[in-house]
Amino acid sequence: MSDTSSTLRIVWIYPDLLSTYGDRGNVLILRRRAELRGIPTEVVRVHSSDPVPEEGDVYLLGGGEDRPQILAAQRLRADGGLKRAAERGAVVFAVCAGYQIIGETYGDDQNNPLPGVGILDVRSGRGDTRAVGEIVADVDPALGVGRITGFENHQGRTAIGPAARPLSTTVRGVGNDGTTEGAYQGTVIGTYLHGPALPRNPALADLLLRWRVGEIPPLPPSWGERLHEERLAAAL
Amino acid sequence: MSELPLRAQLAAALGRGAASLSRATGRGDGSVIGGRIALKVEPNLLAELARGRRIALISATNGKTTTTRLIAAALREIGEIATNEHGANMPTGHITALANNPKALIGVLETDEKYLPQVLRETNAVVVVLMNLSRDQMDRASEINLLAKKWREALAASQAHVVANADDPLVAWAGLAAPHATWVAAGQRWKEDSWCCPECGGHLKRDPDPHWECPECGLSRPYTTWSLDNATDTVTDPEGKTHRLQLRLPGDANRSNAVIALATAAAYGLRPEQALPRMREIESVAGRYTSIVTKGVEVRLLLAKNPAGWLESFAILDPPRVPVILSVNAQVADGRDTSWLWDVDYTVLRGRRVFVMGERRTDLALRLETDEVPFEIADSVDQALTRLKTEQPDITKVDVIANYTAFQQIRTAYGRVQ
Ligand SMILES: [Zn+2]
Repeated sequence: MSDTSSTLRIVWIYPDLLSTYGDRGNVLILRRRAELRGIPTEVVRVHSSDPVPEEGDVYLLGGGEDRPQILAAQRLRADGGLKRAAERGAVVFAVCAGYQIIGETYGDDQNNPLPGVGILDVRSGRGDTRAVGEIVADVDPALGVGRITGFENHQGRTAIGPAARPLSTTVRGVGNDGTTEGAYQGTVIGTYLHGPALPRNPALADLLLRWRVGEIPPLPPSWGERLHEERLAAAL
Repeated sequence: MSELPLRAQLAAALGRGAASLSRATGRGDGSVIGGRIALKVEPNLLAELARGRRIALISATNGKTTTTRLIAAALREIGEIATNEHGANMPTGHITALANNPKALIGVLETDEKYLPQVLRETNAVVVVLMNLSRDQMDRASEINLLAKKWREALAASQAHVVANADDPLVAWAGLAAPHATWVAAGQRWKEDSWCCPECGGHLKRDPDPHWECPECGLSRPYTTWSLDNATDTVTDPEGKTHRLQLRLPGDANRSNAVIALATAAAYGLRPEQALPRMREIESVAGRYTSIVTKGVEVRLLLAKNPAGWLESFAILDPPRVPVILSVNAQVADGRDTSWLWDVDYTVLRGRRVFVMGERRTDLALRLETDEVPFEIADSVDQALTRLKTEQPDITKVDVIANYTAFQQIRTAYGRVQ
């Protein structure tokens, strides 16, 4: 998809299971930032009873409660579409419960390890305490995103394997383990920045677009940048 | 209530004293502080105060304060009522409500969703009223599937008669565990939290509306005996008789609250003909739906605390020419996380003049920009009105939608309007 005249297909995975709180924001902002650059978009909502299309450009997964998380992982594994898309080089952006289930294993409510989709080399389990609050982290300089801000609300703890790298180093908040936040491997990203992580971090949204369509022109600063700066100032 | 043990009597008296002190010093309505002091003296106070009374507990994510008010109004037809009408909906508030009305044989208690199991156990409530469950303040509240499971377990262990909304699958699943139930077709506008079966996680089949069923485990909408028709403003009772609601409270959400209230009144032996006239007298609830007139403009205050609440508020906005002021905070009482803004569809505001204010107005600004809704920033309702009146002198009405603490700030600015 290096040709910007063709449509960017945004696939929203299982909004019926994985959409706890504001996950829709990532779909909306990605679509808007693409269209402001003249890239036409199509949003495909895939329900948990439907097959996952393999020819999407960007796949988005949101947060979910314990049981929906387990169901989503089971269905995604049985379906296989997301894994094949990732192997083809599609962009995947997964948040919270979605982050955990695209990994190798994640923990159920008793912290028993369950198999994930296996497109990101991370292993997640449950910590003793719940991490709730504003989070600030510095993204791996190789990605050119800078400092990100968000809200975390999870009990997960995630260890990163050799094939993946930490997405960022935490400045405030818990993230994976109190030192790093999120993970990436190729064009697959997972993060504990909950809900609307892309609206709060326009540079992260643009990274996903660049991965798919190549260089994109900058947009004039708007409310997304204002919010980003305001939340950074409030959190630090 | 004269058999109240001495220790409980003392505790209740102490609580009442603290409550009136709190009111006299202007620190609040006293419902929380009074109960808190009383509980220290007698931990079983709620159970002691509830003994011998026929208590109804009302719980939901949205509409519980209004429905509590409607039910209390109706049941006053029978006699004196003890109720927490200021919305203090945790055990301390219940204690204050019951202690303040020692002679009332009926208690009508709005109950926080999380506290419902505990309060049901302690009060031995005879009626439990359940309306809806949806996403709300996830940074401090329980996950709603977990909440529904706890409701279910508490109801299974009780003798309570449930009056519940059959159109909300999570509520219905919880209510089906109760030994007795009255099922009400009260409607469900917000469906984003109930696409999956609460029993097995299967994708629910939801047509034709309002029917729902799970193709995987067979869980389905219970058979209803009360129903609401918004289009004709009528309720049909179990005998097939229809009743015009004609409420002063606006909107479908309040019709839904009213049909639930009528079914609850019936559980206490009251007919709709007896209950409705009293319910119709209510025109505002703790400032909600109140209109204040300032600068020659009628300003109506609407409270919306979560996505389902915003959806209900949008549905009762005055015609498109009426400007709307939106205010959002993220204090502890609101939830510190504003992510929920992205679950609300703001595109319905296109074509209206919109002002945004509140401590998190930048979040709201980005949200509206993304939905391509033009807006202006304001520091206060007053400032927005001044600007409006200067530019559009013929404006006579404005609607304000605010979340919890933003609403209280506006209400306070206009003299704690009721
Ligand atoms: Zn089922």
